[in-house]
Amino acid sequence: MIRVQEHDFDPGVELELLSKGNNAIGGVCSFIGMVRDFAGDEQISAMTLEHYPGMTEKQLEAIEKEANERWPLDATLIIHRYGRLEPGERIVFVAAASAHREAAFEACHFLIDWLKTKAPFWKKENASSGDQWVEAKTCDDEATKRWEQD
Amino acid sequence: MKVLYFAWLKEKTGTSQEELDLPEGVSDVEGLMHWLRDRDNGFASAFSKDALIRVAVNHEYVEQDHVLANGDEVAFFPPVTGG
Repeated sequence: MIRVQEHDFDPGVELELLSKGNNAIGGVCSFIGMVRDFAGDEQISAMTLEHYPGMTEKQLEAIEKEANERWPLDATLIIHRYGRLEPGERIVFVAAASAHREAAFEACHFLIDWLKTKAPFWKKENASSGDQWVEAKTCDDEATKRWEQD
Repeated sequence: MKVLYFAWLKEKTGTSQEELDLPEGVSDVEGLMHWLRDRDNGFASAFSKDALIRVAVNHEYVEQDHVLANGDEVAFFPPVTGG
């Protein structure tokens, strides 16, 4: 399941719902991305996330589908927030449930790596020196590349 | 067709979305980008470096040689930074 929303989410509740009623699940792996209060040497007071409604959902669904084709998963979840967020707030949540831990760990890692380079979100940081758009990082592209298949 | 701009492309062009007829002589994404660049200073600044711009047509990523049709939804944006 995927969700794009402005409001916060409760990771405990989400994890509970993800595996509820399916006793074939042996493990759930999850990742939460949060707003840091620094970027390099600068203090960050807040950030604003913009996205492309319509394309975002389509890309997240494609990422989730890809994970389900690669690993034997019982359930997956991607929640991504948009709007204004302050340091300490949750931005993104991904989780993968499977009979065995390897698939859950790998799929969770894959979901967040792919999302970072494919889902159309853009962060603008409110830094001490002014507002600035976050630039895409080469290391994120590298992280995605290791999941590429021939 | 519908053309959308996000992040700093939206700020530099002063436009979030607009309806356009495929301009005469323009057949692909690259042609449209060159046509937009010649509009005014804001568009010229936004489209000054092709390498910094990602393009989606009908919600799918495309390359700059992608052929356009009237009725397409075309979006221009910087490399994504979510997660």
